[in-house]
Amino acid sequence: MHSEVRDTLSIVTEEDSVRVRQVTREKAVEAGFNLVAQTKFVTAASELARNTLKWGGGGTVRFEAVDASRGRGLRLVFEDHGPGIPDVELALTDGFSTSSGLGMGLGGAKRLVDEFDIESRVGVGTKVSITMWR
Amino acid sequence: MERIPILRMGEFLLVTIQVDMHDRLALALQEDLTNQIAHSRSHGVLIDISCLDIVDSFTARLLGNMASMARMLDAETVVVGMQPAVAITLVELGITLEGVRTALNPEKGMELLRAALRARSNEDGHAL
Ligand SMILES: Nc1ncnc2c1ncn2[C@@H]1O[C@H](COP(=O)(O)OP(=O)(O)OP(=O)(O)O)[C@@H](O)[C@H]1O
Ligand SMILES: [Mg+2]
Repeated sequence: MHSEVRDTLSIVTEEDSVRVRQVTREKAVEAGFNLVAQTKFVTAASELARNTLKWGGGGTVRFEAVDASRGRGLRLVFEDHGPGIPDVELALTDGFSTSSGLGMGLGGAKRLVDEFDIESRVGVGTKVSITMWR
Repeated sequence: MERIPILRMGEFLLVTIQVDMHDRLALALQEDLTNQIAHSRSHGVLIDISCLDIVDSFTARLLGNMASMARMLDAETVVVGMQPAVAITLVELGITLEGVRTALNPEKGMELLRAALRARSNEDGHAL
């Protein structure tokens, strides 16, 4: 599999999250996703951008074009150096939130995309990557 | 700060969300709408989301909150114009917008509001 970094955006303000949604939409259109796939992917990106900001204390998102035997795709890698998630399984559970959120962000994002990967270490940070294939 | 406009349309309030809102703007809208309902004594609110090309969990919660707050201020809310791709995505995300009335377009939404208000005044009539 080959992947090529296309862009990195920082996520420090709420306006940055809006920008992440816009850029994700542009890349999803470029990648040739249909409207429903675009919408799912942008929605997942929006959930993760918000988590990066709200829980991770800010971070970055990297856009990658991926090329594999199964075809071409688009990958987004969200990374922060925040507090990390003590129990990832629990955090992925629908309805689980450490504040007043609906707690649908992580689990929902996972359902919306083709591939979902999360690595988190307490005190080090969190990295979530999502991939959609064309 | 920029604001989402809330228009008065006869007996109803109309909110058309035309931009991708950042979170503070969304929360400001929630507050503005509550104030406007109280101020105008309107009993119906139409929220047009046909321009929104995504609705994530935050926006969904916002819509739900606005409907609940309106209800507490004696107003009915109808959300209109959700794009089909948005509806598909919301269901997969696991969000049902329970407690929020929806209609396909503003005309249907308006009918729904009128019917709800008529039903209400009939009930009041019986109670008297
Ligand atoms: N990047 C992160 N760093 C640290 N903790 C995180 C991160 N992302 C998520 N979490 C934790 O996982 C929990 C679940 O996240 P999820 O996005 O599902 O729900 P939420 O953000 O609380 O609510 P919602 O997204 O529905 O508004 C959060 O409450 C938070 O405790
Ligand atoms: Mg979240």
